[in-house]
Amino acid sequence: MQVRRLKTAVALAAVAALAVGAAGCAESERDGDSGEAKTGGTFIFAGAGDPKNFDPIFNDDGESFRPVRQMFDTLVSHKPGTAELQGGLAETWEHDPEGKVWTFKLRQGVKFHDGTPFNAAAVCFNFDRWYNMKGAAAQSQMIYYMDVFGGFAKNENPDAGKPIYNKCEAKDDGTAIVTLNQYKGAFPGAFALTSLSIASPEALKKFDADTVKQNGDSFEYSAFATTNPVGTGPFTFGGWDKAKNEITLNRNADYFGEKAKVDKMIIKIIKDESTRKQELKAGTVQGIDFPAPADRKALEGEGFQVINRPAFNILYLGLNQKNPKLKDLRVRQAIAYALNRQQLVQTKGPGGAKVADQFMPDTVLGYAPDVQKYEYNPEKAKQLLKDAGAEGLTLNFYYPPDVSRPYMPNPQEIFTVLANDLQAVGIKVNGVPRPWNGGFKDDVQQFGKHDLHILGWTGDYNDPGNFVGTFFGRGKVEFGDQSMTEMFDAIAKADGTVDDAGKKAAWEQVNRDIAAKWLPAVPVWHAPPAIVVTKDVKGLVASPLTDERFNTVSVTK
Amino acid sequence: MLRVIVRRLLQLVVTLIALSALIFIWLRNLPGGPVEALLGERATPERRALLIKALGYDQPILVQYGKFMQRVVTGDFGNSIRSGDPVTEVLSRAFPATIELAVAAMIIAVGLGVPLGYLAARWRGRSLDNLTIAGTLLGISIPIFFLGYLLKDFFTQNIHWFPPSGRLTTGLDNTDVTGFFVLDGLLTREFDASADALWHLILPAITLATIPLAVIVRITRASVLDVLNEDYVRTAEAKGLRNRTIRGRHILRNALLPVVTTIGLQTGALLSGAVLTEKVYNWGGIGTLITDSISGGRDYPVLQAIILLAALVFVVVNLLVDLSYAFIDPRVRVR
Repeated sequence: MQVRRLKTAVALAAVAALAVGAAGCAESERDGDSGEAKTGGTFIFAGAGDPKNFDPIFNDDGESFRPVRQMFDTLVSHKPGTAELQGGLAETWEHDPEGKVWTFKLRQGVKFHDGTPFNAAAVCFNFDRWYNMKGAAAQSQMIYYMDVFGGFAKNENPDAGKPIYNKCEAKDDGTAIVTLNQYKGAFPGAFALTSLSIASPEALKKFDADTVKQNGDSFEYSAFATTNPVGTGPFTFGGWDKAKNEITLNRNADYFGEKAKVDKMIIKIIKDESTRKQELKAGTVQGIDFPAPADRKALEGEGFQVINRPAFNILYLGLNQKNPKLKDLRVRQAIAYALNRQQLVQTKGPGGAKVADQFMPDTVLGYAPDVQKYEYNPEKAKQLLKDAGAEGLTLNFYYPPDVSRPYMPNPQEIFTVLANDLQAVGIKVNGVPRPWNGGFKDDVQQFGKHDLHILGWTGDYNDPGNFVGTFFGRGKVEFGDQSMTEMFDAIAKADGTVDDAGKKAAWEQVNRDIAAKWLPAVPVWHAPPAIVVTKDVKGLVASPLTDERFNTVSVTK
Repeated sequence: MLRVIVRRLLQLVVTLIALSALIFIWLRNLPGGPVEALLGERATPERRALLIKALGYDQPILVQYGKFMQRVVTGDFGNSIRSGDPVTEVLSRAFPATIELAVAAMIIAVGLGVPLGYLAARWRGRSLDNLTIAGTLLGISIPIFFLGYLLKDFFTQNIHWFPPSGRLTTGLDNTDVTGFFVLDGLLTREFDASADALWHLILPAITLATIPLAVIVRITRASVLDVLNEDYVRTAEAKGLRNRTIRGRHILRNALLPVVTTIGLQTGALLSGAVLTEKVYNWGGIGTLITDSISGGRDYPVLQAIILLAALVFVVVNLLVDLSYAFIDPRVRVR
């Protein structure tokens, strides 16, 4: 009421009587909703940053994926609320015994937003487009493609690898056969990556999607990527008003799956975390992502729905074996025993967090329940340090105080608790706070200046290689030792195992050996990231992969 | 005179070239960089190397600078690293937002500051004067971001009079003509959009107006006090002129000269205040652009363009001031 009165007064002062009437109309529309759940209306979600563009293949970050995921579909998708695979644009899929030939049976009757049909030819067009992408600029932006498929028909940069993709054949409208040069454990999970969404071939051609121009030290994307993204998803692209920081998505009435409940979804970009929270409280946005752990209880108390996603991430304490003392397994084990992770989880962890004993959540294939667990034991830690001749050890502990990540919402507090634990067993800790994009990542991952650091990962899809393989599959500056070939080989072997039983056994053994023999880092916790919506939002299914689709959401007033 | 102008213009070119080199080298030596921001958390050394090469950051800094200057002299500042939009487009989107905010803040500062300063001087030593002095002291000393958060918390979270951020209510349709949303609403007769823009503008404008308001009040008060003691005011009173005439013609008009100078200076200072105010209110102007371009991954092209343009404006204004001195004072021409 007060708002309206003031607004009216402002209007009167500024633009006289006509403005008052118009403002009043705008208000009455907002107040006119009934109290019952209904289809229609607008769902406004606060994004934390600008998307890079809307072409799935050129994106790799959450803020870009949020709108992209609403407009596009992938061949394989995840069961809502889980990391389990289910059919997407492909209803079923199978592979040959070698894991090289993948046959996808596609949904029939699906149309792209531009009215063109989705079929096997469209699938193959997309795969071939990625594989044949030309230009160093375009190739350098295809982060996930490179991750999954290694290289291109013609690598424009010598650093790119050998391509895993071979060819795609449209056997008939409903059958696409993708042939690979070699099997990789990432499949079929990787087919669910948002980056590998299927776009309309007509629109890709019409809007010159493959052209990524380099202008000085930046890239200029095509009209497809910036203003005309066309997929099959539950929402169509309505526009990105950069002056107002709003991305508008409209309901796709022809969507093949569960149609969107709201008419429109707006992603309002608000980069400041406290402002996002204030907008939520003011009711001007209906959802925010990743609230600070300290705010969760207060938000719940104020009637907001704080939904914890199942944790699909890992926070770890990295141990840099460039430091000769840390090359000794006993010292690394001493550090693991010195950490009171249970207490850390209870005092600083977001609600629902739990201590991690390996580098993947227990929902991922290959999780081994019987790995060596390092229960808190400061006496044992001291003894191990003594045995290793490392008493009075001094370590530089790098951490990024300026960021909040789903797996690491409060780095400063995490550092403080871990450092105290280490100091309690006689390790002197020099805390080195470095800005995330102003030294931390360079110093840790490029120059290896640290002894200890905290970092983590949110899984992209349900595959052990996406966790353990990412961290320890090859020599990394972050962990110092480039010569742990036994570990690299074991991981490569597990990743290349095609049959499920063999794959499970291989990854379980890798996890056991990592904990007992190699210990390149100490797993700390799995922290469920939260998403918050107002109480009038119904039907939101939170995803462990943080890849929510908002077609199930309705807003009642 | 012509020689003076030519000489100064040549100096201007040299200054800008030196400045551009300094900015270029300084930005590229800051820790972190766009590669990290572009690649996000998935950055592997191979990907980093690929992108560094694609962006040309592996070339010697002088080669990079040479290429940059080649483009700049043709008026091409490149594209934003983050969005891929031409920098000129990014700037032209942000500029009206900042100007709109600064104009609103100046209207508040001048509209309140001059009458308040005048009244405080007229009633010197009385409650209004004491209150004004205390208020302006507070206004000058309180940090803008702190005041911004304070106002925002109270007016948007406690009593819900104003929206917490942005320039328009999310989802409100408006026609963007000039980028000045209040003006656009009037031009297109979308008065609800105009009112809504004004509603969003009030709190940030008050925040930004605080310092100039305090300064203008104090300068006006001091200036009026000076004028009040002038002989011509006493003479006017002795002549039996009406109070209104004395106030308007003799006191205020004379007292306003230093106030106008101050207003000019404060307008420039507003831009630095706008950086903080825009950050607090997610305003989307040049201030937000600067902070986003630094914290959001060192958007070199955008930062270079903003700093160079600001420097250009500064240098050109200085040049104009110097030239105006030359016109006014013949001795400058000789020197």
